[in-house]
Amino acid sequence: MNNWVIEAERLSKTFAWMPVLSGVSCRIGRGEIVGIFGHNGAGKTTLLRLFATLLRPSAGTLKLFHHDPRDAQVRRRVGFLGHDSFLYPDLTPVENLTFYGRAYGLPQLAARIDAALERVGLQGWGHIPVRAFSRGMEQRLGLARALFHDPDLLLLDEPDTGLDPQGTALLRVILAQARSQGKTVVFTTHDPAFGLAVCTRVLILHGGVIVWQASGNLPSVETFGDIYARSTQSASRMEH
Amino acid sequence: MWALLWKDIRLELRTKERMASLFVLALLIVLVFVFALSPERLRSPDVSAALLWVALVFAGMLSLQRAFLVEQERGCFSGVLLCPFDAGTVFLAKFAGNVLFLTLVQVLVTPLTLVFLEVQLSWSLLVLPLVVLLGIIGFSAMGTLFAAMAVRTRAREVLLPVLLLPLLTPLLIAAVKVTSAVLAGAAWPGVWLRVLLAFDVLFVITGWLIFSQVVQE
Repeated sequence: MNNWVIEAERLSKTFAWMPVLSGVSCRIGRGEIVGIFGHNGAGKTTLLRLFATLLRPSAGTLKLFHHDPRDAQVRRRVGFLGHDSFLYPDLTPVENLTFYGRAYGLPQLAARIDAALERVGLQGWGHIPVRAFSRGMEQRLGLARALFHDPDLLLLDEPDTGLDPQGTALLRVILAQARSQGKTVVFTTHDPAFGLAVCTRVLILHGGVIVWQASGNLPSVETFGDIYARSTQSASRMEH
Repeated sequence: MWALLWKDIRLELRTKERMASLFVLALLIVLVFVFALSPERLRSPDVSAALLWVALVFAGMLSLQRAFLVEQERGCFSGVLLCPFDAGTVFLAKFAGNVLFLTLVQVLVTPLTLVFLEVQLSWSLLVLPLVVLLGIIGFSAMGTLFAAMAVRTRAREVLLPVLLLPLLTPLLIAAVKVTSAVLAGAAWPGVWLRVLLAFDVLFVITGWLIFSQVVQE
């Protein structure tokens, strides 16, 4: 059996008669770190939410780990960090992670929580309600939540948002660790310097369609900027 | 399910917003009626029973909305849906939370209401907690289902009562009839008790079965 983690065939998503994704097909294998670039409204978030099973496609098929993505055992293997942190602001980080740990049936919760908070640099903040956290701290904790059950597929929607340089460096370390452990990561970003430094494959999404992709020897940031401008402009001309 | 219920209880212990607002609202409704109606009318078991259930229903609406509003902040409900529970389990946990909080409020409000209404103490009152609990179970089952739908709309505060109240009519009629009989010390109206039980069973099972459709995007 092949090692595809995500198999998407002609995925489309329409919101209130407005097409957001139009026939996206892609296969993402085990151990790949895929960066998705695109303008605002290109469909990046929708694609990640479809992969995370938070949305159902209007058309097309999606398989995760060769199974129906709605299967609870498949969801157990997926970690997702979106624009929202999915953290209860009135609960502390320890309480939030306890809830998610129990939900995933994780053993030795206290030790895991300590390790998770230390991993994202929030040791000492475990008993303060999340409402008191800055945007960057909440993003770090959201990352800890997404990683907490040790998922095989990590989906990150603009994970560098709100992070200071230390936080971005931490994110790079986490992605490098995920790669070395054979995990699959799909993330979106607007920062080519960050994205190209960590990913093994790049996709450019425009108008709900993949207009360019590359893997292996990725272009430099400058060359990628030219490619990005050319591919999105030519896709726009074709639309008109 | 226990993880979800534990989280809801933890949130309530931290903020105390839900219990406090439910208790104050239920008590205010009872007091308004106590001041508005004459003592003779208040002594009628039908009026007393109706008053008890009006207070419970309006406090219950608040409880239902609050149960799902905490999930909307920071997109937490998406986090819950990502967890490897089936949607029926999420329904059962939310339903159990509503039953728990409404029961706790009623433990305080019902005795106070009986005092304000000068209800004569009798042995038949011993079954009142059971009747109230059956009503709360039916209300919470249907309410959890509709609150999950309404919370993701812009007009949620209006939509929930507009959707829910007409559909609760059989439950409320049955609950008021049984409560009235209990307060009057009369024989139990068996048919209305069966309606109450049937409503509970029907909507707990329905909610558990169809919640996955309700919480879809």
